[in-house]
Amino acid sequence: MTRYDSVLDLIGNTPLVGIHALSPNPDVKIWAKLEGQNPGGSAKDRIAKTMVDLAEGDGVLTRGSGQIILEPSSGNTGIGLALVAKLRGYRLRVVLPENVSIERRQLLEIFGAEVVLSPGEEGSNGAIRRAEQLAAEDEELVMLFQYGNPANPLAHYLGTGPEILRDCPEIDVFCAGLGTSGTLMGVGRYLKEHKPEAKILAVEPPVGELVQGLRNLDDGFVPPIFDAAMLDRKTIVRPRESIEWTRRLLSECGVFAGISSGAAVAGAVKYAQRVDAANIVVLLPDGGWKYLSSGAWTDDIDVVEERATRINYW
Amino acid sequence: MAVTISIPTVLRTQTDGQANVEVDGATVGAVFDEVISRFPGLKANLVGDDGGLHKFVNVFVDDEDIRYLDGLDTKLDDGASIAILPAVAGGA
Repeated sequence: MTRYDSVLDLIGNTPLVGIHALSPNPDVKIWAKLEGQNPGGSAKDRIAKTMVDLAEGDGVLTRGSGQIILEPSSGNTGIGLALVAKLRGYRLRVVLPENVSIERRQLLEIFGAEVVLSPGEEGSNGAIRRAEQLAAEDEELVMLFQYGNPANPLAHYLGTGPEILRDCPEIDVFCAGLGTSGTLMGVGRYLKEHKPEAKILAVEPPVGELVQGLRNLDDGFVPPIFDAAMLDRKTIVRPRESIEWTRRLLSECGVFAGISSGAAVAGAVKYAQRVDAANIVVLLPDGGWKYLSSGAWTDDIDVVEERATRINYW
Repeated sequence: MAVTISIPTVLRTQTDGQANVEVDGATVGAVFDEVISRFPGLKANLVGDDGGLHKFVNVFVDDEDIRYLDGLDTKLDDGASIAILPAVAGGA
């Protein structure tokens, strides 16, 4: 049955599709989980809905109240929250780094969110700081705070993890990008409980180098929900590789995905090169639509790479 | 074992502006001892109060986080590249 009462019921149950053409070894299968199929276009729809559900359950939010939800986001969580807020009767204010792709900002605006820009050179750290200031100045604002909210990993523990094991019971490795760490913590915990031999592999961009506004190490940030013990490996993937694999996803597999998806695939392929046989599930957080303006598929790779060191594509 | 350490922008005030430093050492720990002896200002930025890695620093050997290898005991191949990156929030 593919008939639903609400668009929010479309969140989750995303498909797994083989991208084996990208594997360096025919005995290593790579399966991509297409989170871009969510109604708001990314994996973040899952956590947006779960964070709001739990806040409603706790009485922090009341449906139809017009309360203002505040969230620091580089785009996807904001878009997911904007969708949920619209249908549940809340307003949304998103603190967005000014150097995200124009499409992310446009989507937030058409979904009805109010956008507050934070300095691009401060990266997501700057958005978090600004949101914390705004929350401190106005106690009416409800900050769900994805970086510290247990509902974030819970959405993946209850949804993404079981879906993956249901669709790929032979999974040996789960690979995903590290942002808030919610995906890896939630899926990681579910797999460690139900398939303990599966390895959890994190991929991240060299954010610490790309964020130019960092004054000293004490400006550093580790998401409160992050538990290092949940991972088995963590790999850096640079902007150029991320773009190359984003292109190969499209040209060799017909999968149109965002730049962080290319990074996750790069990490999965590196792992694939080291093993004889495996089933790897890699999570692709969003589709390519929001990155068309970056020229990721069309412009000269050197130009796109240089651009990617300045835009926040994660 | 000659390896290259890349120093993040935020720590270059401690290395006379150098972005890359060539050092000899068989493990990450040995390389850190050597680079700290050359640039003592780096110590407080690399090593935490407990003698382990500073909590806001991530160290990668050939792109792999050493916390998931053997930490400071991670062995180095000749020509390895070590990247020191500050821990900052990822986008989401």
